[in-house]
Amino acid sequence: MAEFFASIQKKFILCFVDDGFWKWLVQGFKNSLVITFFAVIIGFLLGVVLATVRSSYDKNEESLRLRKGIGYYLLRFFNGLCKVYITVIRGVPVVVQLMIWYFVILVSQKNGVIVAVVAFGFNSAAYVAEIFRGGIMSIDGGQFEAGRSLGFNYVQTMIYIIIPQVIKSVLPTLLNEVIALLKETSVAGYVGIMDLTKAGDLIRGRTFEAFMPLIAVAIIYLITVIVLTKVFGIFERRLRKSER
Amino acid sequence: MNGEVLIKVENLKKHYLGGKVKALDGVNCEVHKGEVLVIIGPSGSGKSTLLRSLNLLEIPTSGSILFDGTDITNPKTNINIHRQKMGMVFQHFNLFPNMTILKNMTIAPMKLLKMPKAEAEKRALELLDRVGLSNRAYNYPSQLSGGQKQRVAIVRALAMNPEVMLFDEPTSALDPEMVGEVLDVMKELAAEGMTMVVVTHEMGFAREVGSRVVFMDGGVLIEENTPEEFFAHPKSQRTVDFLSKVL
Repeated sequence: MAEFFASIQKKFILCFVDDGFWKWLVQGFKNSLVITFFAVIIGFLLGVVLATVRSSYDKNEESLRLRKGIGYYLLRFFNGLCKVYITVIRGVPVVVQLMIWYFVILVSQKNGVIVAVVAFGFNSAAYVAEIFRGGIMSIDGGQFEAGRSLGFNYVQTMIYIIIPQVIKSVLPTLLNEVIALLKETSVAGYVGIMDLTKAGDLIRGRTFEAFMPLIAVAIIYLITVIVLTKVFGIFERRLRKSER
Repeated sequence: MNGEVLIKVENLKKHYLGGKVKALDGVNCEVHKGEVLVIIGPSGSGKSTLLRSLNLLEIPTSGSILFDGTDITNPKTNINIHRQKMGMVFQHFNLFPNMTILKNMTIAPMKLLKMPKAEAEKRALELLDRVGLSNRAYNYPSQLSGGQKQRVAIVRALAMNPEVMLFDEPTSALDPEMVGEVLDVMKELAAEGMTMVVVTHEMGFAREVGSRVVFMDGGVLIEENTPEEFFAHPKSQRTVDFLSKVL
């Protein structure tokens, strides 16, 4: 038994302490968090816009067509554009998208983290858009009508009345997307970005020791997800106050 | 007929499915300042569609609606400005569930009329006081009874200082014992001279408060009269049939 612990300890020191490899893990973790954080922001903002366009078209198609304004054709065009965007993004693996961004579109950008933020952000937007669209469509039509009848225009009704209610109802699903995104960033190593997974893998390559670094990486992801879940839970409970 | 014309509806049609369903089939009517126009009729007669067309929640297929002399069916008209002057009360209240009662009432005056927060809240509390709900200002809609919600919905619309109030079956979703409290508020409002258009099944209210009663069926106006005449001497057979069932 003592022998077993001694060997664990030896391996631990070999993998994390001896050559200061623990710094790789820290650096990798930091990169993973930075990519996730900014990608979530891009994904959220762009996703809300996409969802608003899509649901506006779906909800108002008839009345806009009757009024025949330029607005109808504009909205129809942008709705089509959003549909194509969502289809393409959801239809292509995120690793492939990441490589296309890195090797084709942003080939002059040397900072891999920025490329990853863009790639994961634009990818996440498509999923957030569908989450939000579902949320918007699930809000009772009477809420729109109440907003409009008070004199709010469509965009104001969305901003002041609908979106706050939607955020509340989609929060759990949104958290799911954030967690998925955090874990998806583990493919960033494909384009040479040192994220958490890549850091663990590098340590494995250097020490020929697979167990220690990979378990460490797994534990770090797990703890991060647990913390995120807790934080969102607190947030959610605050928002739910009005329902009691 | 006194008072100048506030809303004039001309040959209003609303067709669905390319004309197969005619919710409104050529409606002409006028709403005068200060009167209470009550619209009654069987389900599917088009009375709610007519009311919802008045503030363009339904876009008519053809015809025109003049509000204060402006044709609001013209796509160039900024309907949002006109809607601010037309308060609407819905069957299902449609209060904003994520806001307190006070916030429900102040959000529109603050954002649209640019009223300062303190003033908007003061006015809201005065209005709540009038309907006996000032102690509910900081509650959420889910904490109120149906009748209380509808009273809040009425004063939320009043907070915008509308020129006309549209009521879409305001008591249909209420428990019978809560109908009275909402009708009382509406009566009070009528007594103060508010112009009102009311779609309702409450014949008592129509008789007591209405200045004029309109009977609709099949998307057209069948009969229009003062409440006394309408209920005592209905002219068309359709009206007689209807009244025999509901009275």
